[in-house]
Amino acid sequence: MIDWPLVSVIIFLPLIGALIILFIKEDELTSINIKWAALLATLGTFILSLILWLQFDYSNPSYQYEEKFRWFDDFNFFYHVGVDGISLFMILLSTFLTPLCILASWNNIKKRVKEYMLSFLFLETVMIGMFTSIDILLFYIFFEAVLIPMYLIIGIWGGNRRIYASFKFFLYTLLGSVLMLIAIIVMYRNTSSMSIEFLQGNYFSYNTQLFLWLAFFASFAVKIPMWPFHTWLPDAHVEAPTAGSVILAGVLLKMGGYGFIRFSLGMLPEATEFFIPLIMTLSIVAIVYTSLVALAQTDIKKLIAYSSVAHMGIVTIGIFLVNQQGLEGAMMQMISHGLVSAALFLCVGVIYDRMHTREIEFYGGLVQRMPLYATVFMIFMLGSVGLPGTSGFIGEFLVIVGAFKFSSYVVIGAAFGIILSAVYMLYLYKRIIFGTITNNKLADILDINTREKIILIPLAISVILLGIFPNLFLDPMRLSLEMIITNYEIANAK
Amino acid sequence: MLNNIYNIFFIPEIFLACSSFICLLFGLFLKKNAFRQTSNLAVFVLLLTILLVYYDSESNFANYKSLFSHSSFINFFKILALLGSIASIIISKDYFLGIKLKNFEIPVLFLFSTLGMMLMIASNNLMSMYLAIELQSLSLYVAAAIKRDSISSAESGVKYFILGALSSGILLYGFSLIYGFTGSINFNEISFYLSKYDNLNLGLIFGLVFVMVGLAFKVSAVPFHMWTPDVYEGAPNSITGFFAIVPKIAAVALIYRFCLVPFENFYLEWSQIILFLSIASMFLGAIAAIAQSNIKRLLAYSSIGHIGYILIALVAANDDGIKAASIYMFSYMIMNVAIFAILLSLKVKNEYLINISDLKGLSKSNPIVSLSISIIMLSMAGIPPFIGFFGKFYVFIAAIEQELYVLSVLGVLASVISAFYYLRIIKIMYFDESISEGIINFQISFQSKIILSLSLFVIICFIFYPSLLINISASLTI
Repeated sequence: MIDWPLVSVIIFLPLIGALIILFIKEDELTSINIKWAALLATLGTFILSLILWLQFDYSNPSYQYEEKFRWFDDFNFFYHVGVDGISLFMILLSTFLTPLCILASWNNIKKRVKEYMLSFLFLETVMIGMFTSIDILLFYIFFEAVLIPMYLIIGIWGGNRRIYASFKFFLYTLLGSVLMLIAIIVMYRNTSSMSIEFLQGNYFSYNTQLFLWLAFFASFAVKIPMWPFHTWLPDAHVEAPTAGSVILAGVLLKMGGYGFIRFSLGMLPEATEFFIPLIMTLSIVAIVYTSLVALAQTDIKKLIAYSSVAHMGIVTIGIFLVNQQGLEGAMMQMISHGLVSAALFLCVGVIYDRMHTREIEFYGGLVQRMPLYATVFMIFMLGSVGLPGTSGFIGEFLVIVGAFKFSSYVVIGAAFGIILSAVYMLYLYKRIIFGTITNNKLADILDINTREKIILIPLAISVILLGIFPNLFLDPMRLSLEMIITNYEIANAK
Repeated sequence: MLNNIYNIFFIPEIFLACSSFICLLFGLFLKKNAFRQTSNLAVFVLLLTILLVYYDSESNFANYKSLFSHSSFINFFKILALLGSIASIIISKDYFLGIKLKNFEIPVLFLFSTLGMMLMIASNNLMSMYLAIELQSLSLYVAAAIKRDSISSAESGVKYFILGALSSGILLYGFSLIYGFTGSINFNEISFYLSKYDNLNLGLIFGLVFVMVGLAFKVSAVPFHMWTPDVYEGAPNSITGFFAIVPKIAAVALIYRFCLVPFENFYLEWSQIILFLSIASMFLGAIAAIAQSNIKRLLAYSSIGHIGYILIALVAANDDGIKAASIYMFSYMIMNVAIFAILLSLKVKNEYLINISDLKGLSKSNPIVSLSISIIMLSMAGIPPFIGFFGKFYVFIAAIEQELYVLSVLGVLASVISAFYYLRIIKIMYFDESISEGIINFQISFQSKIILSLSLFVIICFIFYPSLLINISASLTI
């Protein structure tokens, strides 16, 4: 296959870009160079990550493109990276969204362009690093390092309450992840290994598993986020700049779901079995409650933020069904949500750049002035609702099919949430787009320009592609998911 | 015999003691630039001492066996203390010249204090331990009060002296009890004597507690921390830098050796005390620092918090604990050197920086400096990928190895609280809009720049090659 360290190159290419940018002096004229350098670095990363997909061996359930070096001499910590079916699309999602984020902030970030681009490039490195690490310590380091650039992005370039939001984001997620550090050390103590691959062999006693599970739960439930640990999310989303929200919704929330699949299901199967009722209850509460809350929002970004929590509720249901349909559905829902919510935030960014407000009441009748915008917005809105033919449908459908095997109450809860999601999204769309223009300030608003087309059209295409050819995405991940399910069933059969 | 006499001068402590006197005379007879020249000589002397410690062989120390001990742990901490004092002399030189405090005694005092610390680290006997502590402290009392025309400096010196003398008294009382009940002042003999018994009798427990109180004062662990913020605040910044960087290293090494050598078999007795000190220090350090507006007080509380983590590793009392303590102490020293190198070169309206809020707008006027401060702060908060994270990580490994789950969870919770005030500094530099620009200027001498760059390099790049430090610290024996 490939005899050069492709994964490491993908991880560190953005960082190299960042180092180059560090040496470009920033002033009025050169800030465009900084933007181009950042765009090229992220585009290069995206193209390289496409090679990962093209060369991917569908018949291999475990890690591919592995690289392993001894990192610490005294303990069994390795620099060990690789890609399997579960992480492949998470990596692609990160590398796909970052260049779009750079493009989205091309004109509206005016102060400290250099620091902004540095933060994004560093963020991309740690995101990809996190999804590719096979060593838990490496995973943890990347997992926590994500906080640094995100804290700066929200805090420096955010809205009015940005300081409150950035502190809440940082401390909330840090609190979750430090408990995971303790769990990781306990795991190491029991097995003398930090390899994710090795630890999936179920080595812990039942009681240890319960404590470890809770520690991991604390960190992933905050990250994904599950009700009632979601309160940081609306604040962070609303205050973050558009690109920050895109990465937050598109990739960072997936870290939680990814962690649940890898750690809770993969390593702690018996404890997972024990806690499934808890997860299901929390997820259903999340779906119904946050959908209702979303319905009452007056701020567009906040509405989409709450809808994210609801969609992530479907993801957690899917993951903890632990059957083929459920897991595949959860993965599809994560990919779909990564694209759709990112696109929705970008759409909000488009009108926010023009009008500098996100109040729903301010808008109305945009279809009169912005027909193209209305169209792409509709695609993403329908994707979020889960209309057949869009990406959202596949995920929700598979999760509901899987849930029938588990309990019909869960199905009722999930389906109710999906109906509510249609209610709040269509209602939002109606209020913003349809009708006649009542607000005079909107009279000469311009339709999306070329740059915005370049951002939104690839997203629209991939949302539809995902809806029509789901197998393109499901095939690579199928065997890896099957392996997790088999391990899980063997462990619980004992 | 003659051969032996020459060898004596190559014992690092004796070499340092003689050279310190030479430095004193050297400064006395210099007419011009006495301070600068003496500082340079002091740095040179300390560098030579590091070499001597590095090549020190056990045979040279044989004559002092009952007073001082010799081990890789001791050598590691000696080198750490020497490196710390070299760095703090270099970074404080320009500051002293800036505030026109040109007493050539200052580097000499640092030298004597460093000598005291080396003896403290190596001491193997209650008497030598006490004398070493006093040598170290007396130099520092004078150093704290060196700015004679400043009320706050004098106040901090007196406060430090009175509380320090009180703690020395308690310490000495503890020693006398231990001597009275074991009949020996040698660590190994005490250990041998105690190994015959299953538990300590009441007198020895009292002695142990008194000594612990005295030592807790020296490492400034809660509830014996009260002097730290006041002394840090009152003393001139560069003296504060020295206080923050060096004496902690020696005191930590001493408390480790005192717990693990004479009382190694009575883990249960002393670990309860250390456990309490550790939890209290972590939480008080984290919570009290939140409300500080003075950067020196903030760093004082931050150092109290760090001591809490180091004491976790002591509670763990295993090989991993010793390793963790040495890694943590190394990272602590490097981070403090870096932050003080910056603080001693930052001027706001021609005054050296005191208030945290004066950092406002630094990210605009000095992007590199504010980036460096942010990295140091994140490292102190224990956020990966910086060195501070690995210090904490090894501490928790040691604690969990000993099944101290509750202590570890409390430790990480305190680290989340403390992250708040480290982040606040970043917030002030980056998020707050500056009112007017150009008030802050950053002037750094070439030598401090080298120290700063080196320490930043270690903070950032430790992750790429951790094995160097970790292999050294893994091989340490107490």
